[in-house]
Order: sequence, then structure tokens, then C-alpha cells
Amino acid sequence: MNLAVGLHHFLLLGALLFVCGAVCMATKRNAIGILMGVELVLNAATINFVAFARYNPIFQVEGQIFALFVIVLAAAEAAIALAIVLNFYNNHLTVDVDTAEELKG
Amino acid sequence: MDLVLAIVEALLLVTFVAGSAVFFIWLERKVAGRIQDRLGPTRVGGRFGWLQTIADGIKLLVKEDLIPADADPMLFRLGPYIAFCGAFTAYLALPFANGWVAKPLSIAIFFMLAVMSTEVFGIILAGYGSGSKWALFGGMREAAQMVSYEVPMALCVLVPVIVAGSMDLNYISNLQAGGIWNWYVFHDPFTFLAFWTYFTCATAQCKRAPFDLAEAESELVAGFHTEYSGLRWSFFFMAEYGAMFAVSGIAVLLFLGGWSTGLPFVPELSSTFATWLGSAEEPSWLGWVIGNVINVVVFIVKGWLLVFVQMWVRWTLPRLRIDQVMMTCLKYLLPISCVLLLGVSVWQLAVSPWVEPYFRYALCGVCLALFAWMAWKVWTTRSRLPVTVTGATNLWNRGPIPPELVQKS
Amino acid sequence: MALTDVLFYLLAAMTGICALAVVVTQNIVRAAAWLLFTLAGVSGLFFLLGADFVGATQLLVYVGGTLVLVVFGVMLTAQSPFVNMRISAAEWGIALAVGLVLYGVLAASFLISNPKGVGDAQLGREEMADSILLGQALLGQWQASPQGTMSGLPADIHLRNRLAVSYLLPFEIVSVHLLVVLIGAAYLARAKRRRLAGPASLPVDGTDVSPPVDGQEQPLGAQT
Repeated sequence: MNLAVGLHHFLLLGALLFVCGAVCMATKRNAIGILMGVELVLNAATINFVAFARYNPIFQVEGQIFALFVIVLAAAEAAIALAIVLNFYNNHLTVDVDTAEELKG
Repeated sequence: MDLVLAIVEALLLVTFVAGSAVFFIWLERKVAGRIQDRLGPTRVGGRFGWLQTIADGIKLLVKEDLIPADADPMLFRLGPYIAFCGAFTAYLALPFANGWVAKPLSIAIFFMLAVMSTEVFGIILAGYGSGSKWALFGGMREAAQMVSYEVPMALCVLVPVIVAGSMDLNYISNLQAGGIWNWYVFHDPFTFLAFWTYFTCATAQCKRAPFDLAEAESELVAGFHTEYSGLRWSFFFMAEYGAMFAVSGIAVLLFLGGWSTGLPFVPELSSTFATWLGSAEEPSWLGWVIGNVINVVVFIVKGWLLVFVQMWVRWTLPRLRIDQVMMTCLKYLLPISCVLLLGVSVWQLAVSPWVEPYFRYALCGVCLALFAWMAWKVWTTRSRLPVTVTGATNLWNRGPIPPELVQKS
Repeated sequence: MALTDVLFYLLAAMTGICALAVVVTQNIVRAAAWLLFTLAGVSGLFFLLGADFVGATQLLVYVGGTLVLVVFGVMLTAQSPFVNMRISAAEWGIALAVGLVLYGVLAASFLISNPKGVGDAQLGREEMADSILLGQALLGQWQASPQGTMSGLPADIHLRNRLAVSYLLPFEIVSVHLLVVLIGAAYLARAKRRRLAGPASLPVDGTDVSPPVDGQEQPLGAQT
């Protein structure tokens, strides 16, 4: 395998982060752990954006700007998600998402 | 070759951070002593206790390194190093003289703010990992305080950035070369106020008194570092003193002219010397270095003066309560910094260049006159005091001063 | 191998291993610490790619802001000193299998399609758009990259409307969105007087049926 770093190295790393995030979302019971999984997935996307920006000069502005938007929106998403988690904790005294079954039919 | 250069630069920076921490700890004890009418360290290393910090360091090195049974060992161990890394990495983008910076970045100031904001994480982890409620309280307070004070601090940093039109600290500093009226603190009313607001926020960001709620010893034993001892504890203090010089360096570069001497009609030294010793076409390398060494000295002295002011404030003002700390930030500093940001934008757009230089001279003149008046008052008040007490023994003897010690001055 | 390549492998190893540790660890605060190293490694990769501004933003917003917020959330919702939530071995097995399959699919798709960069781009920091260019793009003074076509837009959009493909509008939308989020989060997370879970802890004087009054203290036993 070619050791010189190319685009596919970054894509593979991004894929690893994406899979970690997806598994994290699926396995954690803690609501905040799930939030961390979301952050990992978003970071995987950001790595891909910036790597494309670097390796494809057509997207050198777009890649970075999309990455910036992803970072900013991830911050917004975390703020809202934590507010929801705190509310949930206030109502259920736990952050175990398995107890969120009030709307179950 | 790149690698060797990088290692040399990193070693220089580590030496500077550690060395200045050694100096600052000695200075802090001396300043505290003088303000509290004591002498401070006098025993180790001659009359002024020069070696006191070395003695402290040896004591810390041989202390027992303790990890409490309830602690989370990994987080407990990680905390100090993360805090130190945050403070140290900021120096990578801090220019010490014209072009003398480890990593020239076009967004240097943004990078420094970003890296210093990660320091809080080490403290949160230390507070949580200690498994002690005092440490946890300290860590939580610290997190709330630092995250809040970051916002007005960044907004105040934006004020001179708007004036300069760049985030490159080297460029901003070179724009302020020449007379003292070129410094951005005198540029317009908004930068003038932004300097004081920035310095307040920076003091809080370094968790210095009167904002040192994270380690309020009257309430929390020692706050987040209650359970630490030995070398790990000293890493927290290296981080604190490193961050103090870093924020002071930012203040110097953004507001106080960077390495400009402030003397009228003296341009930026390194390029002047280079063309002076060489010629305009072939600037002399030696002249450049000589000028830059003077620049480094000027910059570091300015930074040390601001660090001294932080110590002076610490030992003068009483500590705030935690709700007062948060209220100061969210109800006062944040709106003030927003107004400053808007104001400087309007000033840059609307105030004609005809007004600007006159205002600059006027503000600079008023400040210098005020400073001279205060110095005069201090001097005359001091000379009217009946006694000048010399020697350590009389400090403890608070009876009436014996007449042979009374000197008219 | 050039120095930048070595740096890439170091940073990528740190990022990947710490991301795995986030998944594997059962302690939520340790997961936050591992996530810190993952995010810092990602920002290091951005610096390596020459995207200084994105890297610094990642540090400032993600590490200094979002992650501190997450740890705050952990501490506000922690009942025991170190929160543990175990999952069974069978669930681990399923997760591992799904994860491996997912990674295999993604990696195979990359390696088969074999995306190459355009031109002979190498790691280094010379060719990346700097912060000035980004600022111009966000101000609307820079169109979408000259050769780029935005999906869903007519091909001659550049000729007709200069600002149509700049990033001024998304920038403004994001800032308004942040304001909305700020207000929404403050509304959601404000300390509410909550109805108690079980009848055992209700006040005995029968006032529990009345709607909560602002400013009234919470009944004891509700807060941990």
C-alpha cells in the first residue's frame, strides 16, 4: 500500500469515525453518550469536507465553509440536546433512554 | 531539517514558559509581601530570596505523589497535563518580535484564544477525577466561569482586530510602531474601553483573584487542586502563570504597541537597523537580529508589567462571590463588549480620517497627563510621610517610632 | 515519508484509537475525555490540511464550548460519582458485527471507486484557501468556486445573479438559527417546577392539583 498520504487516507479515517459514532449511538444507554456518538458522526463528515477541499481545488472554499457550518450547527444541536436531556432528567431522574417510553402505544 | 527547527523552537518556548513561571512565583511572593507590609522571601538565595522558587520546586519534586482512593486514576493523571498543554500551545502563535514566532499564522489571535479555551478541560477533569466534592465544586465553578468569560474576551479582542483589519498578531503589532499615540489603546474611545474590559476578562480567564472562585480557599479548601500534590500540582501552576503571560502578551500586541518602544519618531527597530547597517537593497542580517533582540526585551518587559498588574490586583481586591462573578460577566461585561464591537465598527465606517489623529493625540495626552498627575501625587504624599523605616525588625514592632529613626525627607 | 505524512499517521492513530475508546468505555466522563482527544486530533488534521481557520474553530467551538457543555450535562445528571451503564455481551456482539460490516462497506466503496485528488495535491499548507478568502465567501464577495456547479441551480446562475451562490444568506440563516437555539435551549432547560413521579412523595394537604405557581419552592425529595 502506498504510504504517501492521499485523499483516501482521510476518507478511511472519516469512515472509522462515522462507524464509531454510529455504534456509539446504538450501544450507549446514556442519553449524553448518544450525543457523543452524534458528535463523532459530525466530525467524520467534517474531516471529509476539509479533505475534499484540500485535494480538489474546485471545492477549496466550499469544503471549509461547509465544515464551519457543520461545526456551528453541531454546537447548536448539542445545546438543544442537552436542554432536552436535562428536562428528561428532571422528569425521570435518570438519563437512561430506555425509560423514555411514555409515548409507547 | 524542519523537525530539528521545530524541536528547537518548542524547547525554547518550554524554557521560556517554565523560566517565567519560576520568576513569576518569586515575584508573586514578593509583591504579596510588600502589599501586606511584609518582606516576602528573604532567606534562600541572598537578600531578595532569589532562589525561593527553586527551593519550592525541589520541595514539590520530593513530595509524596498521592492519588486518593476515590479518584478516577486516569482522569486524575490527565488533568494537569491537559491544562499545561492548553496554556503552552498558545505560545506557538505568540510573536515575541518582528517575525520571531514559532508558527506564523494569519489567524494567530484566533488560534491563541481557541487553544487557551481548552485549558478549562484539564481543570474540569481534575475536579471530577479527584473524587472529592470540594474539587468537583471548584471544577464546575471554573467551567462555568471560563466558558462565560470567553465570550466578552473574544469580543474585546475583535475590537482592535477590526481596527487593524487582520488577525495576524505580527502585522497588528507592526501597525502600531512609532509614537505612543499610535498604540491601539489610544486609537479611539472603543479600543480604550476594550483594553480595560479585555484585561478584566483575561484576569478572570486565568482564574486570578478577584475571580479565583475555582480555588477559593475560604470555601472550597483549595478548589479543583485540593487532592493534588507534588509535580502534578506544580503543573497547574505552570499552566496558570503561562496563561497569565500569554493573555498579557495578547494585550500588549493588540493594544499596547507590541514591541514598539512608544518613543516618538522611532520606527520599527529590526527593519530600521537592518537598513541602517546594510542598505535598502541589501538589509543587514546582523542589524535585523540586533533590532529584534531589543524588540524582544521591550515586549517581554511590557508583558511582565501587565503580569505585575494582575498580581497587584490579586493582592489588593477582595474575592467576589460566585454569583457576583457570573453577574459581572453576563450582565455587565458582555453587554459592554457588544456595545464596544458595534461602536468600533461605526467609528471605523463613519468617523472621517480627519478626526482620528486628533482624537488619538488628545486621548494619549490626557492619559499621560493623568498618569503624571497620579505619579506626582504619590510622590508628594510619600515625601510628606514622617518616617522612612528601613530594615526588617521595625516591621514587627508597631509601637511608637523611636525618634532616632524618624527622618525628614 | 515526509514529515507531514508521519504527522498524519500519528494524528490519525490518535483520533481513531480515541474514537474507538469513546465507544468501548462504560464510564461517561472518560468517554468525554476520549472525545476530547478525538476532537483535538481532528483539529490537528485540519491544521495539517492547511485549513487553519476551520481547525481553530473546531478547537474553540467544539472543544472549548460544546464538549464543556456535554461534561456539564454529565455532571448535572450524574447520580453516582462515576456513571456506569452496562450493556450485555450479546449487544456488544451485534454492535461489533454491524460496525464491522458498515466499515467494510464504506472502506470498500472508497477503495473501489479510488477517489484521487484533482491535480498533484500534496499535504502542506500552500494551496488551501486562507481565512481572507473564507471571509469574502461568507460576505458574499466570492461566488461559488468558478468551475463548481451547485446542484439544483441552473447552470447560468452566475450570469444572472451574482449573489445567488454566495454564502452570505446561509451565514445569516445560521446566525439567526443560533439565536433561536439560544432562546430555545434557555427555555427548555430553565428550572421548572416539576410534577412528582409517584404519589408517595406528593404533599399531603391536597394542593398538588393546583397548577404550579412561579417562584414557589419545589417540594423536597424531588431533587437528588
